[in-house]
Amino acid sequence: MSKQAKSVDAKPSNIIPSDAKIKFKKRRREKQLNRSIAGNTLLFALMIFCGVFMALPLVMIINNCLKPLDELFQYPPKLFVRNPTLENFTDLFVLMNDTWVPFSRYILNTIIITVGGMVGHVICASLAAYPLAKHKFPGKDILFSMVVLSMMFSWTVTQIPQYMIISWLGINNTYLALILPAWSFGMGLYLMKQFMEQLPDSLMESARLDGANELTIFWKIVMPNVKPAWLTLAIFQFQQMWANTGALFLRDEQLKPLQFSLQQITAGGAARAGAAAAVTFLIAAVPIIFFLICQRNVLETMTTSGMKD
Amino acid sequence: MAEKTQKLNDVEADDNKKAADVMTEKPETKKNAISEEALAVAKKQAALSYQIRRARWSYGMMSPYFILFFFFTVLPVAMSIVLSFTYFNMLELPEWVGWKNYVKLFLDDDVFLISLKNTLLFAVVTGPVSYFLCLLFAWIINEFKGWLRSFLTLIFYAPSICGNAYLVWSLILTGDRYGYLNGLLLKYDVINEAILWMKTAKWIMPCLIVVQLWLSLGTGFLSFIAGLQTIDKSLYEAAALDGVKNRWQELWYVTLPAMKPQLMFGAVMQITQSFAVADISVQLAGNPSVNYAGATVVTHLLDYGNTRFEMGYASAVATVLFLLMVGTNKLVQRILRRVGE
Repeated sequence: MSKQAKSVDAKPSNIIPSDAKIKFKKRRREKQLNRSIAGNTLLFALMIFCGVFMALPLVMIINNCLKPLDELFQYPPKLFVRNPTLENFTDLFVLMNDTWVPFSRYILNTIIITVGGMVGHVICASLAAYPLAKHKFPGKDILFSMVVLSMMFSWTVTQIPQYMIISWLGINNTYLALILPAWSFGMGLYLMKQFMEQLPDSLMESARLDGANELTIFWKIVMPNVKPAWLTLAIFQFQQMWANTGALFLRDEQLKPLQFSLQQITAGGAARAGAAAAVTFLIAAVPIIFFLICQRNVLETMTTSGMKD
Repeated sequence: MAEKTQKLNDVEADDNKKAADVMTEKPETKKNAISEEALAVAKKQAALSYQIRRARWSYGMMSPYFILFFFFTVLPVAMSIVLSFTYFNMLELPEWVGWKNYVKLFLDDDVFLISLKNTLLFAVVTGPVSYFLCLLFAWIINEFKGWLRSFLTLIFYAPSICGNAYLVWSLILTGDRYGYLNGLLLKYDVINEAILWMKTAKWIMPCLIVVQLWLSLGTGFLSFIAGLQTIDKSLYEAAALDGVKNRWQELWYVTLPAMKPQLMFGAVMQITQSFAVADISVQLAGNPSVNYAGATVVTHLLDYGNTRFEMGYASAVATVLFLLMVGTNKLVQRILRRVGE
């Protein structure tokens, strides 16, 4: 932890200019406008303090999954692992091979649900966001304000009727029960529209003059230009789908996602504390890695797509 | 910008004129028979239908999303409101009971009042605090560059995305000496005996609030980081020339107004999130928790909806929650519109 703190302390003074130097030499002076040493110190100290608070549980998750059983039940509890071992993961694999349904089936289910939800959501939300951002038509404001309103309450509010509707549509106990509602999350559409509004109209106008129809414009011109937005949508959707155990809609064991079976493993109590620590690590690590990969893309595309008329 | 809107207005005016022309061709033959008002209405309708026909691409593109949106959001909200006036157990047909559910909710249901109090506490404490933390951290992180920025973003954002990994807090808050927090406090003699954090009514809410804050740097936070990056750097130069002297003034006069859309979005995210606290309470304090000290409106809803199958009553709880969330959001939006003005 202290190593990290040190790097935060030492880096800012040289990291900011060195990066700026490569790309824009002029920016160097500009970046230091209105910055005092006292202010920097105060803010960075605050940052370190809060950073430690935020990171501590994550550090615990990583350390716990490497601890052998005796260290997990040690008194007084130690944060850092002494004799790191992968025994917890081997325990987990043994348990995985023991499940009623082959474990690969859970993984397949998760992939189907997650990818289905992500791809469908990005396509549906972008398709709807483009007209809302760039076209003029009657009813536009009402439709959009409905979507904004939908972000103002959480899905738990509509949980009961949603369950009934899914039963009526006959998609209960299928993948679709999880995938279809995910396609129409309000936040994705909202984010996408916000980003699309920044695109200059001239971009689409020239294609329109060339005789392209709206769908072509959307696919060939708009979508490549909003890459940061659709990556963001994909990340958020992934997080939603990943955390979903599907317990409410999926009854068949063969349809249940990974998250569900992992929870079953952790429900084993003290005897499975090791495997549970490994599960917690896996549950946390996958979305974090996914975000890490996409974060680079998002930041990259954000800086290069700085498009302003 | 002004030019662009002007152009757009012109285009629209053109459309209306075209549509009006279409209409006026026919009536000219029987001009006297049609009153001025009827003509005006007809013109308007013609203009509207012309606009709708002209926008068929727009409607077509939006239809997949909005059909699903109708089935999974609009319809459920409407049903929830209607069901809240009925007695419904999923087996028999719903039976109309008028305001009875609401009367029971506010006059007869002590647990609901506790959970309402807790939810409002979450909303009042974690809502604003997490909002300002999001903004503060995003703002500080924006001062960094390169891998350090990515790393810090990740550290602060990670808790909100790692699913139910917040269960690690149950290790920290374990009630015996093996809990990390108890271990730490005992070691430095702050306390004499282990505290049952999640089994003592007065500790449940403070602990849950801390965990909720840890979890709450989510979408709003990312949106702020993205918003800060898109602010035109020349704005800061101009502001410095205009006499902005330090980073705090810069924040208030330049940064915040420039990222207003993100500020609004972040507010919606944080408010909705803080009203919907439930999972951490159920997982860490249990449902029902000791003396219902950790009950929130959502856990109450789950209790009636998923356990007791009193769907009408649960719908009334859901409707109250819906009104609370939407009302607060609308209010805060109104306040935020004034930022930097």
